[in-house]
Amino acid sequence: MAVAARNAELVIARRRHIGTGIFFLLVALLILVFFVRTTPAGLDTAFGLNPGRATTAVKLPDLVLPSLPSLWFLAAVCAFLGGWQIAKGSRSTGWALGVVAFAFVAAFLIWAARGKSMNLVGMLSSSLLRAIPIALGAFCGILCERAAVINIAIEGMMLTAAFVAAWIGSITHNLWIALMAAMLSSAFLAAILAVLSIKFKVDQIVSGTVINIFATGLTSYLSAKFLQVYQNLNNPGIFKPISLPLLSRIPIIGPVFFEHNIIVYITFLLLILIHVMLFYTRWGLRTRAVGEHPKAADTLGVNVFRTRYINVILGGLVAGIGGAFFTIGSVGRFDEVMTAGKGFIGLAAMIFGKWTPFGAFGSSIIFGFADSLQTKLQILQVPIPSEFLLMAPYLVTMVVLAGVIGRAVPPAADGQPYEKQ
Amino acid sequence: MSEQKERASQNNPDTRAQALARLLLRPARGSVWQAILLPVLAVFTALVIGALVIVFTDLQVLNLYKDFFSAPGKALAASWKSIASAYSALFKGSIGNPAEFAKAISVLRATGDAAPLRQAFWPISESLVTSVPYIFAGLAVALGFQCGLFNIGAEGQIFIGALASVYVGYSIKGLPQYIHLPLAFLTGAAAAGLWAAVAGVLKAKTGAHEVINTIMMNYIAFLLSDWLLNGPMKRPGYSPISPAIQDSAWLPKFFPDPLRFHAGFFVALGIAAVVYWLLFKTTIGFEIRSVGANPDAARYAGISVTRNFVLAMFLSGALAGMAGANEVLGVNHQLASAFSSGYGFDSIALALLGKSHPVGVVLAALLFGTLRSGATRMQSLAGVPIDIISILQALVIIFIAAPAIIRWLYRLRLEREVGETVFTRGWGQ
Repeated sequence: MAVAARNAELVIARRRHIGTGIFFLLVALLILVFFVRTTPAGLDTAFGLNPGRATTAVKLPDLVLPSLPSLWFLAAVCAFLGGWQIAKGSRSTGWALGVVAFAFVAAFLIWAARGKSMNLVGMLSSSLLRAIPIALGAFCGILCERAAVINIAIEGMMLTAAFVAAWIGSITHNLWIALMAAMLSSAFLAAILAVLSIKFKVDQIVSGTVINIFATGLTSYLSAKFLQVYQNLNNPGIFKPISLPLLSRIPIIGPVFFEHNIIVYITFLLLILIHVMLFYTRWGLRTRAVGEHPKAADTLGVNVFRTRYINVILGGLVAGIGGAFFTIGSVGRFDEVMTAGKGFIGLAAMIFGKWTPFGAFGSSIIFGFADSLQTKLQILQVPIPSEFLLMAPYLVTMVVLAGVIGRAVPPAADGQPYEKQ
Repeated sequence: MSEQKERASQNNPDTRAQALARLLLRPARGSVWQAILLPVLAVFTALVIGALVIVFTDLQVLNLYKDFFSAPGKALAASWKSIASAYSALFKGSIGNPAEFAKAISVLRATGDAAPLRQAFWPISESLVTSVPYIFAGLAVALGFQCGLFNIGAEGQIFIGALASVYVGYSIKGLPQYIHLPLAFLTGAAAAGLWAAVAGVLKAKTGAHEVINTIMMNYIAFLLSDWLLNGPMKRPGYSPISPAIQDSAWLPKFFPDPLRFHAGFFVALGIAAVVYWLLFKTTIGFEIRSVGANPDAARYAGISVTRNFVLAMFLSGALAGMAGANEVLGVNHQLASAFSSGYGFDSIALALLGKSHPVGVVLAALLFGTLRSGATRMQSLAGVPIDIISILQALVIIFIAAPAIIRWLYRLRLEREVGETVFTRGWGQ
């Protein structure tokens, strides 16, 4: 039986190689048909490497590439990798997928900015900003799912936190209190989710959906009833960007990573903190044990229920920071349904990142990049309707989920209520 | 996971298949009374909590509570007045005002003028008109539930169905009604079905969870409809509205204005009957329900799980598309952006309330249609934002999904449900 299973696995792996190979060839074809064909010869693409305000130590020259030859080169790279996959089938397709994705994005940008100049640093910086709520949502997902509670209510938690941050911030004129209140409100919803799924053993997808509907209804209701009537209740102000000394003066990296507001730095800290906690502490070991094999953990004296409650509520606190970012971290105002699916995209980032903080953060940046395309490309007057550019993050999410799932292994007990015997 | 699978395969598959058959074919247990009690109590409790929300967000009432200990009567009376005005506006807006009925009948007797009577019947006509998309969308979600699929994409599918049927409705000219109307209606259903089937294929082939995919496709559908209504499908002028459909594509109306009641209501009831027949009287339905009850056992019994996922998603999407087609052909006769405003999302609560059974769905849809059209009136008369409906829905789902709460609240001994649908099988298994 083991041999048969092994053979079946090989057949599946082989099929997958051919599938990825064909996908890479398609990408090459896309570049040829859409980008190469519409680019006249002799144009250059310039990428600006300096921030708008010159704060870096050294001023870099723009990166100027000849548009058409670069596009041909990128198409050739994709075609070569596709052929390689079909002929040989490399064992880890991950790096090849990464290269092809990078080639496609690069080709797209070179094409979009052909004959013009585009500020690459600005683009990357806005990608990071748009990745922050997605990453925090993904961290929330990791905390919950490592303890085997599926949390699709991240969206609702972030929406509530965004509302509470705007509201409390306007009343107290203190952004820190607003942030705390946002985290607490989100943690409160997380606690409801925890009680429903752990105590009442409600299907976790259903209980998550309930919280999403409830959060949408409650925030829209209160917003219509109060925030829209009393405008001064919806004017919390925002965290101002802080340039980190020295770090912000590094060319490219400085303006992209170290000239943001405090929530961005909190996200960096959480990234490291959750990674260390999850993989190098007793709490992390217990969490992962509860997520993989709750019965064994229980037998060894780990309190499965308590671990799950704690993790889900911790996740709620983290999602609350992500929600607060929408209002007091960026626009300084609450709008109905303003999270626009970022919580769900965060879940996709978590899956794409294989339930690890660094993986999730990296994939959040990809989604953030897809999200920032729309605003940046409109400036270049790309002949694509803005609606299609706005679709990008959602399409990327679907493609990523379809491509990665099955290869990414979730915690073994994910989504299953635990019954003590 | 692997250990569990091994353990599952050690169980004798024959007995599991038999258990599955018993589960699906078992006669309804428990009395009708018990089956009704829980949903009724759930709705009642939700309304009570909704009343609390209305009171505690009413600033005037809250101000009175400051002097609660000196003048408790005042605060309580104001609370009662706040609740009563909200819920009576809800009632008048959804069923009608009894006094108005009486007056209209006396006018009709005296002068033979039926206009006031029509005006009196207007709220109930509106409630029925609002129920129709709910019936379709509720059936869509319920059919997905029966196959163990959680279709949160009904809202997007409604948009796709509406886009397709409005296109057929305005672009094809000169067809007789008996061809044009069904053509427009079924095109909407088919387009939305194919749209939803994408999520089914992705689940079947790659294991990507349909919840995330259908939500992503919602956003894509909204953006697609924005683009179409601002570009290719825009009527001459400034606003993003499609051209009006041909008269030959209208669902027939029975009464003069302002009564908007139309034939879509009967179509919806007919479709509900068809869904019942399909689910419970045909092999297709048996397969769909088997996959929903236990995919592993279904697979062992020779049922193709992947094919049923795709089929159920297609049918579910087609039903949601009918909701969109119905709104276009029966109510609006054109398509403006953001026309659906949440029928698809509400239908999740509705399908759960109706226990995923067509009869239950129709009843729940009538309730939701009544609530929603009443809530519009409540917003204008009592200043209670229409979003209170979402809060009520979330509460209803909680109480239906966690019956233990209702049992505890009312000290009831209800029979524990068996064979409840399970959606959480992790990501992609």
